[in-house]
Amino acid sequence: MSASGPTEGFGELRAQLREWRAGIARRLPPWSGRALAGALVVIGILLPFVFSNNSGFMNATIIALAFAVMSLGLNIVVGFAGLLDLGYVAFYALGAYSLGWFGSDFFFKARVHVGVHGVAATEQGIHLNFILILIAAAIVCGIAGIIIGLPTLRLRGDYIAIVTLAFGEIIGVIAVNGQSVQIGGGMTLTAGNLGISAVDAPYFPGIGQFNLLNLRPWYWLIFAIVLIVVGVNVRLRDSRLGRAWVALREDEVAAVSMGIPSVRTKLSAYAIGAMFGGVSGAFLGTYYTTVNAGQFQFGFSIFILAMVIIGGLGSIWGALLGGMLLGYINNWLIPDVLNDLPQKLGLNFSMTEIEYGIFGFLLVLVMLLRPQGLIPERRRKLELTSEIAAEDAQLVESTAP
Amino acid sequence: MREGARSSAPSPYASLTAVEAHSVTPTLPAPAARPLAAVRRASGRWGLIVALLALPIYYGIRDLTHGYQAGVVAGHAVVHHDLSRLGFNFAQGLSNGAIWALIAIGYTLVYGIIELINFAHGDVFMIGSMTSVGLWATLGLGLSTGPAGLIGGLVLTLIVSMLVCGSLNVLIERVAYRPLRAAPKLAPLITAVGFSFILQNVGLLWNGGSPFGVNDLIHQGQTVFHIFGVPIVRGYLLALAVMIPLVFALGGFISRTRAGKAMRATAQDPEAARLMGINVNQTISLTFLLGGMLAGAAGLIYALYETNVWYFQGFKAGLIAFTAAVMGGIGNVSGAVLGGLIIGVIQALSDARMGPQWTEAVVFGYLIIIMILRPRGLLGEETREAG
Repeated sequence: MSASGPTEGFGELRAQLREWRAGIARRLPPWSGRALAGALVVIGILLPFVFSNNSGFMNATIIALAFAVMSLGLNIVVGFAGLLDLGYVAFYALGAYSLGWFGSDFFFKARVHVGVHGVAATEQGIHLNFILILIAAAIVCGIAGIIIGLPTLRLRGDYIAIVTLAFGEIIGVIAVNGQSVQIGGGMTLTAGNLGISAVDAPYFPGIGQFNLLNLRPWYWLIFAIVLIVVGVNVRLRDSRLGRAWVALREDEVAAVSMGIPSVRTKLSAYAIGAMFGGVSGAFLGTYYTTVNAGQFQFGFSIFILAMVIIGGLGSIWGALLGGMLLGYINNWLIPDVLNDLPQKLGLNFSMTEIEYGIFGFLLVLVMLLRPQGLIPERRRKLELTSEIAAEDAQLVESTAP
Repeated sequence: MREGARSSAPSPYASLTAVEAHSVTPTLPAPAARPLAAVRRASGRWGLIVALLALPIYYGIRDLTHGYQAGVVAGHAVVHHDLSRLGFNFAQGLSNGAIWALIAIGYTLVYGIIELINFAHGDVFMIGSMTSVGLWATLGLGLSTGPAGLIGGLVLTLIVSMLVCGSLNVLIERVAYRPLRAAPKLAPLITAVGFSFILQNVGLLWNGGSPFGVNDLIHQGQTVFHIFGVPIVRGYLLALAVMIPLVFALGGFISRTRAGKAMRATAQDPEAARLMGINVNQTISLTFLLGGMLAGAAGLIYALYETNVWYFQGFKAGLIAFTAAVMGGIGNVSGAVLGGLIIGVIQALSDARMGPQWTEAVVFGYLIIIMILRPRGLLGEETREAG
């Protein structure tokens, strides 16, 4: 109740704003929503021509979009299905390693080439076409998502968080120590902190070469991935499965008694959420040109969770916005813009050193001031802001047998 | 108090708010509602015990049959076939476990009373280590300090570190958790993570980004005596000498004093406790204070024992201690101590036999096994979350 306290005074103003918004919505033609979406897509496609081809801002945009894909994936698990996943970094790792395994000369004893172009077609190792790698990453992560989901089926709430956290950490430890795990022929499972380097760049005809001086093709690739992922998310949310997730989140007992298969529904949330993480991980692997075990820390799971929460749990547009926002803060605002600020103030550290502290501060702030996130899901907004709902919930709890 | 909890145990919903959260003695499990569930419960506890014993028994048998290299004499490896290496692992593990137990109690107290995983708790422990180390420098404690000065200085450090961590924990509760009491459960969890990051960065700016070596003030590696050929060093004795009195003092506080009674009542049903005239907010603050103080004590022991401090130590220790709290049964103080000691032994075994780089994976592997076999832990009551 105290969470909604500060907003009460603005009640009238908010009602007025809501009325204006409804008035505007009434006057617009019915196709305006689609037109706006179309315009945004066109702007998105043309955006790279505004900025210089290898600027820091383009780089940040590409990474921010990749983060947004992960944020959308985690939103399915945490936002739609209400299963708090603190080990999402595992899917980033598995997606990136899918790229490292199937798109580099890391498994140098093998010689597999499928649909690759240029240098990659002649090197040793396994080289698959980038689309095939994305599919492989999605499959690997989907299976891992189910494996991680299985022990949590009997658990709820915080306990799910702990199990997923444990799995995430185990995957991280395996990534670091995989260097010493022999899998035959002198090949190891991962390259640990040295990193699997010289991974293949994607190749798509007609949009130019993918390299670090030419960022536009990367941008268009990740932009296309984001469009597909958002489309899939919107369709999923309104599907039978999406409604089943929300029903399980709201009241598991009621949902199950209405005939929703709890196990299948939960596992599909884990699997589908994980797939997006894998796709984004594979993309980031090739974009960073290395798959390094040091990237897969627990902090990253929290970073992605922060995107979903700051955006608004369960809201697709919120997850997209939160992902982009934190992506920009992490890759552009802190390192490029604010990095020298403490030194200018006479303090002996740089902004990048304390970036996790800044995120921590943001998390606390958002939770205290706007717990529903920037673009809240409608259902959750009601739950958080209306006094009646809170009182109802208390009533139910206190009268439980 | 304990009687009251037991009488409400048969109802499947009795443990909605972590009944028996602060009892210092293990209680009987709730009577089974269904025979099948009873079987599952029993197999869960035994399954967990078997899983926990698997590691020491395996390595014990291996030491006896294959032997181990105890040292090198005149260029020849000396191979022993006895259990003293296992004993050594146990001694090391139990003393490590004493630190985890102190931290785990903080998790378990907080979880018992407001059902929140206080992610910032491990970092409060880290701040305790840093405070201790900073205070030594201020007091001028060094390797040349005499025994009297050393003991006086360390006792003072212990008190200051406990107070600093206790107040820090109370402050965090006041700022980050109390305003969100009515919000969904995810909200305070997120602010806890946020504070964990903030504290980590405080530690990072305080003592740098890599482990910071400190003076081995008590010569912790010095052997005091042997038990069955296992050398017992000063560090082990220190850890146990600080942990055991504190745990008993806490147990006494919770079971004997009025404030302790208020804590137990709040854990059982905050609403009813409020109606009975208990100041719930104050009681929750007190819980955070106690948890923070124990973390501060653990911070001092850690600095003396490991002879280095690191901003990241709290995060790792927090996860290990949380595993310990879950293993013992979250909400149960004696469970947290038991879990801490067990996790310490597992960690020592894994460090010595599989290599320290795998320890984290082994500990978390155990966490997952517990969650599969017996989510409420060794001594815990069944809660709604873990049902």
